[in-house]
Amino acid sequence: MSETPHKESEKQREITEASLKQLGNLIYEQIQNREFPWVMMQSRSTDNIIYDSELRQYILGSRTIRRHARNIRHIRPFTQMVWTAWFARELVSMRKTSTLREVYYSARGQRDIEFSGQPESDNIITDLEVALNRPREDFGIFPEERSAIFGDLTIEYTVPGYEGRRMNLTDHPDGVMVGPAVTSSEFVETSADKVLVIEKGAMFNRLIEEKAHERFNSILVHTAGQSPRSTRKIIRRLNQQWGLPIYIFTDGDPWGIHIAMVIISGSANAAHLRDLATPEAKWIGVWGTDIVDYKLPTENLTENDSKRLGELKTDPRYTDEIWQREIDVFMKIGKKAELEAFSRYGLTYIVDEYLPAKLESV
Amino acid sequence: MSPSDFFYRNREIAGFSNPSRAIYAAVRELLENSLDACEAQKALPEIFLRITEVTASESGSSIYIMRISDNGTGLPPEEIPNCFGKVFYGSKYTLKQARGTFGLGGTITILYGQITTHKPVTITSSTGGEIHEYEMMIDIQNNRPMILRHRVMENKKKWRGTVVELQMEGDYSRIKSRLLDYLKETAIVNPYADLTFVDPAGRLYRYERGTEKMPPLPQAVKPHPHGIDVENFRRLVSITKEKGMKAFMMEHFQGVGQKTADNFLKAAGISRRAKPKSLKPEDIVTLVRTARQFSDFKRPDPSCLSPIGEELLETGIRKELNLTESDFLKVVTRKPSTYLGFPFIVEAAVATGSSISKQYKSGTTIIRYANRIPLLFDESSGVVWKVVNKNINWSTYKVYSDTPLVIVVHVCSTKIPYKTVGKEYMADQPEVEKEITNAIRTAARTLRVYISRSQRAARERRRLNIFEKFLPKIAEFSTKLSDKEDPPDIAPLLSAVSTAIPDVEEKIKEVPTIVGDAA
Repeated sequence: MSETPHKESEKQREITEASLKQLGNLIYEQIQNREFPWVMMQSRSTDNIIYDSELRQYILGSRTIRRHARNIRHIRPFTQMVWTAWFARELVSMRKTSTLREVYYSARGQRDIEFSGQPESDNIITDLEVALNRPREDFGIFPEERSAIFGDLTIEYTVPGYEGRRMNLTDHPDGVMVGPAVTSSEFVETSADKVLVIEKGAMFNRLIEEKAHERFNSILVHTAGQSPRSTRKIIRRLNQQWGLPIYIFTDGDPWGIHIAMVIISGSANAAHLRDLATPEAKWIGVWGTDIVDYKLPTENLTENDSKRLGELKTDPRYTDEIWQREIDVFMKIGKKAELEAFSRYGLTYIVDEYLPAKLESV
Repeated sequence: MSPSDFFYRNREIAGFSNPSRAIYAAVRELLENSLDACEAQKALPEIFLRITEVTASESGSSIYIMRISDNGTGLPPEEIPNCFGKVFYGSKYTLKQARGTFGLGGTITILYGQITTHKPVTITSSTGGEIHEYEMMIDIQNNRPMILRHRVMENKKKWRGTVVELQMEGDYSRIKSRLLDYLKETAIVNPYADLTFVDPAGRLYRYERGTEKMPPLPQAVKPHPHGIDVENFRRLVSITKEKGMKAFMMEHFQGVGQKTADNFLKAAGISRRAKPKSLKPEDIVTLVRTARQFSDFKRPDPSCLSPIGEELLETGIRKELNLTESDFLKVVTRKPSTYLGFPFIVEAAVATGSSISKQYKSGTTIIRYANRIPLLFDESSGVVWKVVNKNINWSTYKVYSDTPLVIVVHVCSTKIPYKTVGKEYMADQPEVEKEITNAIRTAARTLRVYISRSQRAARERRRLNIFEKFLPKIAEFSTKLSDKEDPPDIAPLLSAVSTAIPDVEEKIKEVPTIVGDAA
């Protein structure tokens, strides 16, 4: 059992490295054949991002573009992509990881390749994902760590120096940062029968303190706002590997709603990637009806909030009845409430009353 | 009042309106005289001009010695005193293009020098034989020369030409830049002339000859009936030897044959056999009026005109504006045209490029000529300014307000349509204005091709730079990425990109209207 995960991740690493090398070969051969090098990839323009109602996520359509070094507007991003592929291969072969920001800085001083800002380097990394049809985590490129996980889950590390080492995620009472090591680890065993995903750090800490993981027999995940892809992938793995139901708990406003939805159906930005969404996950609050039922302290919806609700209302991911109903309620009452609003009834109210009732109802 | 007296009293008409303008007017009269003298015998002009300051006087003006020598025809000794010491009535019965603004030669200058300094003028001249030197003054009231000294010298070297040396009051410092403009512009339009100027500070200015070709001399032609006025008609009548009006018309006017003469006289209601000498003044008025409206005359004969020609004008502009091969120059000589019975030809040139932006302020610089004389003053009142700034939409030709541009316009005619007596700028006579507009437009069309091609060439060069920058990086990192030893050869790719560039430059040279090297 302990050998298998390690081998599996090693195999993935080799495949990734081979595909990067293959890209290099392709370009090298093209130049050798007196041809301006080019790479075919799916178009990421908005008109090629389609919602697949069967997969329940956004996917890229069939339109492809050819990034061509003969094109004066393409040659700079093309060069940057080749450099980034080389950089990724270095990371993979040396078993290192890097953050998106570090990639941006690593190109500094590389004349003519230098990115004008992190959005540019992020974009080139996405191009590489599309071209090779692999998520950047495979290349060892991660976002800044900000989300965390806690609960009775034993993982086995695959990162260099920790291979085979195991850890139980209750070992650290602040929760464990979801970084490259956690992301690439294998899930060994758990006693939990559900996962609670929480948008905000304060509520995550409150749940740990109130031993919500024990009381609800759950793994707790903190997304820290819109959840990073690695966190979404972990949520999916927990759901797929052990069939654990996922419950998402966010602020009661359009932004909170959408944090839940991205976990469930994915984002347009990651339309080129699969295996990030968890269609089975459920949003359990804070609902508009909760605001009414629990008489929560509220704030008025801003103009921006209302506009966003209008957008969600027509978004293809929000066609299910529960979403339509809750959006209507928010729009009707014109109010919103944060997770912390339950503190009105005492710090433990949420764990003692609200969550049990909610979990019961779903 | 004698003609000398008239000009003495009205010297500002001839341009001697103040001490600085007097210097300019004097140089202009004497220099153009010299150029005419050289061209008359088809000698390549070699002209030396020197202005020396003698004494400073009050109010900023000084006394200067002005000396000009040429290698022209020279004057027969017996004619020298009258040529320079007497103002003639005009007595021309034929027409041809002439340089002299007022047809007075240097006499007005000598007159001015005399009245401001009371010093005699020295004239030295030879037609190839002995050299004659006269020191003389003008008797203004009686309009005649007063010879103070006459010396005859041997001419061993067979020198031919004329030297004029006189003193005059003037203000050089305030006219200096205009005078240098004038000399440069004169050098442009007379590229076969070699000009040397030494200024009062002893500085030497050289305007070297750029070609040995000279334009053909204008021929004298009879006046065209459309352009005749009552006074000139009367003079023709007074000198004619013809006995009948039909013969008179055919003899003294161009474009009048048997049939035209009959029809014209019929239209004027004058008998074919009427004696010219017995025409009444009202008959002459009738004839002149009828002539103006009569449409069956042939077009005026342009052989009396002497345009500079595209090749010579190009040579002159290239040498004086220091244009290089990469600068643009297009010269257009239009076909002859007429206005009010006077033939005229418009020539125009447009130049741009980095050499222009080094010499002139950004934007458009206009250089004007009338019968090969540079016009330097009142630019914004003249027809050329109007055409350049009002008639032509420069953005059509990809020219914008900061494009360095020099526009040269030359109008030659037996009668330049000057707007004022000062003869500093041309009126917007409709036919002339139209021809100037067409000439500049024609040149500008080629300019447009040049500008868009050079823009394209610059773009191609920028493109190549980009490929030169990125392809090596692609090669380098694809080599590293694929674990290869040596980077792939990008030279074939770069040469594929760069072939686009010589192509464009080649095409620019192919533009037939850009003459490569006139020298």
